[in-house]
Amino acid sequence: MANVLVNAPKTAKKGEIVEIKALIMHVMETGYRPGTNGRIIPRNIIGDFTATWNGREIFRMKMSPAIAANPFVSFAAIASESGTIAFRWSGDEGFVAEHQVSITVT
Amino acid sequence: MTLRRPESPFRRLGGESGLSEAKSRDPFFRQRRKGRSTTLGATVGRRAFLAHAAAVAASVTIVPFAAHATPEALAAAIKEVTGGKPLREGKVTLDLPPLVENGNTVPLSVKVDSPMTADDHIKAIHVFNEKNPQPHVFNAWLSPANGRAFIATRIKLADAQKVVAIAETGKGEFWTAHAEVIVTIAACIEDIT
Repeated sequence: MANVLVNAPKTAKKGEIVEIKALIMHVMETGYRPGTNGRIIPRNIIGDFTATWNGREIFRMKMSPAIAANPFVSFAAIASESGTIAFRWSGDEGFVAEHQVSITVT
Repeated sequence: MTLRRPESPFRRLGGESGLSEAKSRDPFFRQRRKGRSTTLGATVGRRAFLAHAAAVAASVTIVPFAAHATPEALAAAIKEVTGGKPLREGKVTLDLPPLVENGNTVPLSVKVDSPMTADDHIKAIHVFNEKNPQPHVFNAWLSPANGRAFIATRIKLADAQKVVAIAETGKGEFWTAHAEVIVTIAACIEDIT
């Protein structure tokens, strides 16, 4: 399981816009760099990132090798209902990481 | 002489003068004797010679790149998302530091002026660059559930270049903004050893 750090408020007022920040540990190897043996290191990146709020997709992102190592993404969402915000990263070499945080909306 | 390197172009200087091998290979030694260097085929001053050597060294460090996106590749990538529809300047705020010390992590944020209602919202934000090996940076899809058309992330930049952000509205309009960035240490050029 990859190292994931998510920053989202634990509570929010209904209708409030909250900022969600997600960081994951990943090399994001571009596939353009030569290694110590002079050969190109194969590409190994996270290609897709999605965030869902109680199963409903609120944010989706397609990443390229131009995203820095340890991808950080920040976006906004309207606090609609209490529940879980789930994050999913997937990429090369069968990489999949999932993380959930819960939020209470009053 | 600490400045002498066996694999350098200075090697060609050696030989004919009857000096010891080490001394005759040393351009500075020759310069002191003759007052000029003859490596470049003509009379070249020491400063010009050193400037040329520095330029050669600089060009060598750029070699590891297999490919570069070109302005044409950038235009093609943009056309892929817009489908040839007109791009209008405005509404989009692309925030990037104008001078980047390290191209490996460059903070980037895109904000779009939009009420984000069902009728009038931003459907997607696309970011492209001009000189990385690929023109794509990311595509992000939004909905009225976001409340605010905003995204922040960190990107890699291989060279001083132009970065373009494009916002697609729910009605199929395209708004754009671009930023010029100067990068002092480029991403993915660094040696891993």
